[in-house]
Amino acid sequence: MRISPKTATLLVLAVLVALSPFFFPSNFYYRIGSLMFVNAIAVIGIVILTGYAGQISLGHAGFAGIGAYACALAPVHLGLHPGIAVFLGAAISGVLAWMVGRPILRLKGYYLGVATLGFGILVSMILTNERDLTRGPDGIDVPDLGLRALVNGLGLNLSNGQFWYFFSGICMILGAWIALNLFNSPAGRALRALHGSEVAARTVGVDVARMKLQAFVISAVYASISGSLLALQNRFVSPDIAGFMHSIEMVTMAVLGGVGSVLGAVIGAGILTLLPQVLTIFAEYEQLVLGLVMMLVMIFLREGLLPSILKRFRGRDE
Amino acid sequence: MSELLSIEGLGISFGGVKAVHDVSFKVKPGEIVSVIGPNGAGKTTLFNMISGIYRPETGRVVLNGEDVTGMEPHLLARRGMSRTFQNLQIFQSMTVLENAITGYHLQESGSVLADLFNLPASRRRAREAEAGARRLLERVGLERAAEREAGNLSYGSLKRLEIARALALGPKVLLLDEPAAGCNAVETEEIDHLIAEVAASGVAILLVEHDMKMVMRISNHIVVLDHGEKIAEGDPATVSRNPAVIAAYLGAEAEAEHADG
Repeated sequence: MRISPKTATLLVLAVLVALSPFFFPSNFYYRIGSLMFVNAIAVIGIVILTGYAGQISLGHAGFAGIGAYACALAPVHLGLHPGIAVFLGAAISGVLAWMVGRPILRLKGYYLGVATLGFGILVSMILTNERDLTRGPDGIDVPDLGLRALVNGLGLNLSNGQFWYFFSGICMILGAWIALNLFNSPAGRALRALHGSEVAARTVGVDVARMKLQAFVISAVYASISGSLLALQNRFVSPDIAGFMHSIEMVTMAVLGGVGSVLGAVIGAGILTLLPQVLTIFAEYEQLVLGLVMMLVMIFLREGLLPSILKRFRGRDE
Repeated sequence: MSELLSIEGLGISFGGVKAVHDVSFKVKPGEIVSVIGPNGAGKTTLFNMISGIYRPETGRVVLNGEDVTGMEPHLLARRGMSRTFQNLQIFQSMTVLENAITGYHLQESGSVLADLFNLPASRRRAREAEAGARRLLERVGLERAAEREAGNLSYGSLKRLEIARALALGPKVLLLDEPAAGCNAVETEEIDHLIAEVAASGVAILLVEHDMKMVMRISNHIVVLDHGEKIAEGDPATVSRNPAVIAAYLGAEAEAEHADG
């Protein structure tokens, strides 16, 4: 039987999540693993926006910040369960993305990049300066999601690290499933079409502005959920989450892995989450080595790691 | 039969230069109208104004009785206008089949939520579009290339793919910008037949083409542009005898042929 690329990707991800713990040198790696998966969720959103639709955002960390602070603030001020706060954050992010994207995406060119850059900085400034609400740069505690107690009540005995590893892993696979559904769906085809040739997409009836806006909103929801999960597992959040560096990190992860590919996004997120841990041996040269790795990938594997490697294999087959 | 597409005094200028000036003509259902003229005569500019890519400065485009001047291309598509491009606009990284399916966008698109969660409604829409696209690929002779990446196809095949994608809309008016350019004699003849067949099914066809033999063979009506202005129109026989046309266009070619012979 032939398995579709979608099934293959999901299988690879499931095996990755299930089997990686057998190779962990210490329990600390559950923590790194769950960080990888949470980052991967945001990066899958970037794949939809940039890889499918060809639009660039430099402010997606703003949405991660909204998702994270929703989990910190909604339980305290609105009395909502942190789990519900995740959805509230996603809804706010989606609506904001719609409002920000609507006027901009009617324009051609790289306006979205500039506008989202501004949006991200704005969110980060509000989170830093509205001390009465957010406690400013010192950050704020996030309540317990309570799901681990529930799961362990069913007879499992997961440590906090283990729980978040598997929970983030499952969320990531869900996110990948949705993104892969989109890829081969009518809407996904329209996005890829306008990426390929905007003028041709318009002449076959694609409402280009509307489709770009949908991609932007969807990817904002991904970033928001990623931010929520990060805040919930850290039990703490600071405005750094909405910072410019975090936005750049998301885009870099996507580009490194291969911006058109969901599996590539996970690999890119994995490498760039893991690398700083490994590179601590380089101490103060860490950033330097990181930058060098990125440059080498861009020079020699321009389409990103996964697509370049796959292409090389296929080339050998023929 | 009354006209389906009516072009009334269209004009546009770029940087003070009149690219197209006061061009009018009409296209009826099932009719093939060709726009000819030397390079730079404004043929593609005219097409871009009719299909909503440029907004004309003067004049009107009337489609099926409705003024659609300067209307967005995706709204024109909804009203039954479809087109191909002189410099191919193919979705390179998609397969041939996917390219054809995008032509069914208006029929297959529905709720994006259904698409995200792979709901039965989304799958059914996609399946129907795929079946239609496969039939169209068969019609243009590309069914065996369906799964190949479009970027790897030959130029002639891409031309046919673009026509297939345009036909997927089920257009009332089809604008073809040099459909036979870069094609060999066999491919040109195939495209010839395809166009005649589409016209016979009642579609109004507007054609820009450099292959004069093809134009003379299949056109019901010819509009001649020179320096952005209409200098003649009529049936092929009338136009080919028109002295202004011979001077501006056919003359140049006749001289060239004479020199060849």
